[in-house]
Amino acid sequence: MAATKHALVAMVADKPGVLNRIASLFRRRGFNIESIAVGHSEMPKVSRMTIVVDGATTQVEQVRKQLEKVVDVIKVIDVTGEGTIIRELAIIKVKTTTANRSEIIQIVDIFRANIVDVSSDSVAIEVTGDEEKVNSLYKLLRGFGIIEIARTGVIAMTRGGAGSSMINKKQPKSRTRNKKKE
Amino acid sequence: MKLTGAQIVCESLVKEGVEVIFGILGGVILPLYDTLPQYPQLRHILVRHEQGAAHAAEGYAKATGKVGVCFATSGPGATNLVTGIADACLDSVPLVAITGQVIRPLIGKDAFQEIDITGITLPITKHNYLALDAASLAETIKESFYLARTGRPGPVLIDLPKDVQTSQAEFNYPNKVNLPGYKPTLKGHPAQIKKAARLINEAKQPIILAGRGVNISGAYDELKHLAEEAQIPVVTTLLGISTFPESHALSYGWLGMHGMAYANMAIDAADLVIAIGMRFDDRATGRVSGFAPNAKIIHIDIDPAEIGKNVRVDVPIVGDVKVVLKELNKLITKTEHIDWIGQLDEWRREHPSILIRDCDEILPQYIVRQIYKITKGDAIIVTGVGQHQMWAAQHYFFDKPNSLITSGSLGTMGFELPAAMGAKVGRPDETVWCIAGDGGFQMTLQELATIAKEKIAVKIAVFNNGFLGMVRQWQDLFYGKRYVATHLNCPDFVKIAEAYCIPGLTVKHKKEVTPAIEKAMEEPGPFLINFMVEPEENVYPMVPPGASLAEVMEEPKKGVAKWQRQSTP
Repeated sequence: MAATKHALVAMVADKPGVLNRIASLFRRRGFNIESIAVGHSEMPKVSRMTIVVDGATTQVEQVRKQLEKVVDVIKVIDVTGEGTIIRELAIIKVKTTTANRSEIIQIVDIFRANIVDVSSDSVAIEVTGDEEKVNSLYKLLRGFGIIEIARTGVIAMTRGGAGSSMINKKQPKSRTRNKKKE
Repeated sequence: MKLTGAQIVCESLVKEGVEVIFGILGGVILPLYDTLPQYPQLRHILVRHEQGAAHAAEGYAKATGKVGVCFATSGPGATNLVTGIADACLDSVPLVAITGQVIRPLIGKDAFQEIDITGITLPITKHNYLALDAASLAETIKESFYLARTGRPGPVLIDLPKDVQTSQAEFNYPNKVNLPGYKPTLKGHPAQIKKAARLINEAKQPIILAGRGVNISGAYDELKHLAEEAQIPVVTTLLGISTFPESHALSYGWLGMHGMAYANMAIDAADLVIAIGMRFDDRATGRVSGFAPNAKIIHIDIDPAEIGKNVRVDVPIVGDVKVVLKELNKLITKTEHIDWIGQLDEWRREHPSILIRDCDEILPQYIVRQIYKITKGDAIIVTGVGQHQMWAAQHYFFDKPNSLITSGSLGTMGFELPAAMGAKVGRPDETVWCIAGDGGFQMTLQELATIAKEKIAVKIAVFNNGFLGMVRQWQDLFYGKRYVATHLNCPDFVKIAEAYCIPGLTVKHKKEVTPAIEKAMEEPGPFLINFMVEPEENVYPMVPPGASLAEVMEEPKKGVAKWQRQSTP
């Protein structure tokens, strides 16, 4: 992620309207959401949201505090930094011809992406990685003609043994020891 | 034993110690109203407009510190509450609003009087609920009251479908709430308190800036102790008025757009600002970049999101004001700031800010002073928003804790009458004066009917200048005196009061002011005085919008041509 981007992980009660409360808060305070991804967490009745905001345009600490004020939000952690695993999934559908299909397959292999659908004039490619990886692949494929792209928005998790429900609000401490190189 | 949803609501309200409910019924809240007679300990006051219900509940809550409760039906009943709920949200007033909703199978079908009130009130409530199940209703109400009154107080709305009110469930009122996402910090961080104490002990020109948080947490004694022990002058915000006795030697009035010039100058010159339970509203700070340019800032507030939101803070302390001040006071050394206080006194002599010029016309400031004299400062003053509000805040001297009730942040005209009604219901032994502008008064005067019916003995002073006065003042100062749409053709307010069986008087001459106020005080019930005041009087001092506190404008010398009052029809 670009240096100014922050990933906030919010653990929220799995209740109707929670997403609305958070979206409403962002709109109301003039905060800009770059991406948001929501899914179940390891705890029952608790969802996990990963929200990416641009620190250049938004006061991230103010976002975090305002999010924590929402009663249904249990905890918010800014997980930005080296000790964080950041992933996004994208499906990119590209125009192909018999002439360029092998070239596309080579690019897909370099990126450790997968071809998940093939037709006479297109392929659908599934790629997982951080935002930059997805962006690079997208740039390379653009020359072939992109039919459509779907991105999930990033999800994030700190490295090491601590879970999000246990992590100290300030910073995850375990980041140095278990860090794995990409 | 199984109870209906409506009975569960009433039982829960009784458990929460609710004494009074302001409301208006309608189709889908009928089952709840039908149940009310089973609970005579819940006094219901029928208002004439739901906005009045919300403001009355606010007035009650602000006067008593308890949670105010209001009821309304679905659709327009619920949307009419919105202004009051928003007002409560911005002024941190504990409020629980219960609205009826259409039956569950009709929700989302655009049924008659169906509106998404939880959606509408989402950004103006601390939290809200659509109660879809009678079995969890008790828990919902328990949580609502807990949320409304703890931490930074605020309004909570419960939307209650009609068929939930009639369906049955087992009633067990929970002892505890289970809200993993809500844990207000009460105790300040000891290291931060130590840092703050060091700054205070070292400061040469410290100033305390006290806000409504002092009032909410009841930290009057702790504040006084801090000020006296370390000899720190105290300035308040508008909503902080009456958190520190204004006759105290260390009191230097309140700051901001219409605060005292010397208070604004003191903030400007201070080397340390100790902000307690306030949130740096733009009307208080003036231009933020020019706020307290020479000062370090200690900010004590229970809401972490307020720290650093508007101004830079050197020492943030998140916690309950009373709890934090108790700890802080232990670390304060006895000090004196003779030079600094001497400087402030000099500024106060040079810029008295609240002098009233001697003239034959009835000046609104003069009326406020007379009310002060006659009540001997022993009254609760409730105001709306505008010039009359500023004059009341400037010229009444508030020594009694929690004696000014006003709409601060939302600036709701029409707040005064219903809020005064609520305040008097909450504190029946107090004298309650409703100081109203002629503009705002006409926005909620239907509550005169409620006041008459319920025999609520509020004293109403309408400052009748025939204008939307504060807006006219801005037109005068910043829009080349072009009075567009600010002139009001006021009806005869005394006749209106009489139509509601409330006695009243019109005062046209200065010499009648005092007798009229005395008459109002003698009257056992409600009384209205229509004061025909100087129409083009402006509020001074004034920090113009966008200016810093140091750029305060004081009253210019008079001698300008006066606007001729148009005769009222």
